[in-house]
Amino acid sequence: MRALTQHTGIVAPLDRSNVDTDMIIPKQFLKSIKRTGFGPNLFDELRYLDEGQPDQDSSQRPINSDFVLNQDRYKAASILLTRSNFGCGSSREHAPWALEDFGFRVIIAPSFADIFYNNCFKNGLLPVVLDEEIVDQLFSEVENQPGYELAVDLEANTVTTPSGEVFEFDTDDFRRHCLLNGLDDIGVTLEDADAIRAYEESRRKTAPWLFSS
Amino acid sequence: MAGKTLYDKLWDDHLVKQRDDGSALIYIDRQLLHEVTSPQAFEGLRLANRKPWRLDANLAVPDHNVPTTDREKGVEGIVDPVSRIQVETLDKNCDEFGILEFKIKDQRQGIVHVIGPEQGATLPGMSIVCGDSHTSTHGAFGCLAHGIGTSEVEHVLATQCLVQQKMKNMLVRVDGELGPGVTGKDVVLAIIGRIGTAGGTGYAIEFGGEAIHGLSMEGRMTICNMSIEAGARVGMVAVDQTTIDYVKDRPFAPTGEMRDKAISYWHTLHSDDDAVFDKVVELDGSAIEPQVSWGTSPEMVSNVGGKIPDPAAEADPIKREGMVRALAYMGLKPNTPISEIQLDRVFIGSCTNSRIEDLREAAKVVKGRKVSASLKQAMVVPGSGLVKVQAEQEGLDRVFLEAGLEWRDPGCSMCLAMNADKLGQGEHCASTSNRNFEGRQGFGGRTHLVSPAMAAAAAIHGHFVDVREMMNGERP
Repeated sequence: MRALTQHTGIVAPLDRSNVDTDMIIPKQFLKSIKRTGFGPNLFDELRYLDEGQPDQDSSQRPINSDFVLNQDRYKAASILLTRSNFGCGSSREHAPWALEDFGFRVIIAPSFADIFYNNCFKNGLLPVVLDEEIVDQLFSEVENQPGYELAVDLEANTVTTPSGEVFEFDTDDFRRHCLLNGLDDIGVTLEDADAIRAYEESRRKTAPWLFSS
Repeated sequence: MAGKTLYDKLWDDHLVKQRDDGSALIYIDRQLLHEVTSPQAFEGLRLANRKPWRLDANLAVPDHNVPTTDREKGVEGIVDPVSRIQVETLDKNCDEFGILEFKIKDQRQGIVHVIGPEQGATLPGMSIVCGDSHTSTHGAFGCLAHGIGTSEVEHVLATQCLVQQKMKNMLVRVDGELGPGVTGKDVVLAIIGRIGTAGGTGYAIEFGGEAIHGLSMEGRMTICNMSIEAGARVGMVAVDQTTIDYVKDRPFAPTGEMRDKAISYWHTLHSDDDAVFDKVVELDGSAIEPQVSWGTSPEMVSNVGGKIPDPAAEADPIKREGMVRALAYMGLKPNTPISEIQLDRVFIGSCTNSRIEDLREAAKVVKGRKVSASLKQAMVVPGSGLVKVQAEQEGLDRVFLEAGLEWRDPGCSMCLAMNADKLGQGEHCASTSNRNFEGRQGFGGRTHLVSPAMAAAAAIHGHFVDVREMMNGERP
């Protein structure tokens, strides 16, 4: 996994709440057996006017010019600013894969759905929770300032605006540690292999039926 | 010290290690695998040269991409080559690693959340994960069950554990007796309508109260299935005699002395009387009416006798904009009676509502009646090959076929339209599935979530009707 310590980038505003993972990456693209290549189909139904198909050359498709990521000023965005309950619905990890493949590194919202939030950290993508009022403020700043960038610092747990205003955010220690260092958490867990075996040994005595199928 | 909730007990029983940083290693008793979210996990194992930690904890089945017709052709019957590769990849991975799989032609094949309980691969007190958000279904058996992403599927394959943070406890208590024609589906839609799609975020929800414990296991599974639609990864119901009667003779269930030991443990799987919940939500079951969703989020629901709400009356601007957008997508106008929504298709199936009891409820409504000529299609997709066999033994297939509904082979089907079953642009569907998101059942498709009985009633009339008016006071 790609580590993330500091990141500064263009912010794209996606002004809707309850964006579900079906919207982030529609089902027909879930048929891939790979982890990469989902970027052109990120937000497919919002981005294009036709129904997308896997293995299609998306550069030839009719685009919805109203959609934020189709506007020139946001095309190079790497920070997505959005509303509450982002990533709700399906557990598909294809959603963070698509966001990451498009070029996003950070997503800022007042809240995230649990499974999506967790999936982001496994893919070098940082979800940042900020208060609703701060998110409102950022939306209006982005709107009013072409080329608006935010600086996100995971070591300091801060987001800094172009005018120097600093907002703090929380991340739990383990996820933060893995993302800062780009760690494979399977490797970390396997350091506890003895504890897992000891658990199995004792559980086998109290609940043997769990080990007999 | 206060007593423990069911979630606290399940957590403690699966805790391998509490780490200093607040995270914990939780042991996983059962991993269910399907073709969509597992290929990259198996590939990850291969790339890192890792082996599965414990083969017998895994059970795999293809369900999302499988066709619901021509199943005797097996994998060759999957017309879409991309879908076929995905199913073949699951077969290949299970063969290579030695994981038990119910392949496409196996009679035990079906939707992953139907076959687990059906086989007794889901047992009370287990921790269960699957790369699918509707894994919460298994919580109906007093399990700690939730959906995970593909990286975590790989993590569980490699370590039999997950790194977790403990969630908060929520109790949703539904007291009173449900009225005739009101099902588990109506209860869960009413709960989501009350607490919202993010109301359960960060919580493990226990569903309790008289109305919940009065439900069959099928009804409880429907409720737990949709806890994710209220934002909660985990939904649970305490174990009672109904649970034990359902599981005790299943193929994977323990036998003999081991069974007695298991049953005495299963009886402990309930919240203590003095357990403290971080949040409690109470509903009066006797006041719940049949529900219909009108928008593009499962919280956008109404009583069948109600009207589509007017966004102008919504004070919160973000919510109002969401309603306006939803109505535009759905092609509906504020204040329209729910019963005037005209339908194009009816879908009875999905991991929410494709079990034998669901099919019986639907069959009871359509028996001796005919599907409305205004519909393009009404289909019934049983949840597994064994559900299909049982339904056919009970003659339900003939009831459906005589009424003009299609009788299909098992799979996820039109719930998410990864196979050939999908809505056309602008079509309205009465669906027993779980998500009414934009495009969920097909590009531009418009989903209305309902119970099997309500979907069956809508199939007969071509629009929504209150199923209770078709029942003469009987229970469906």
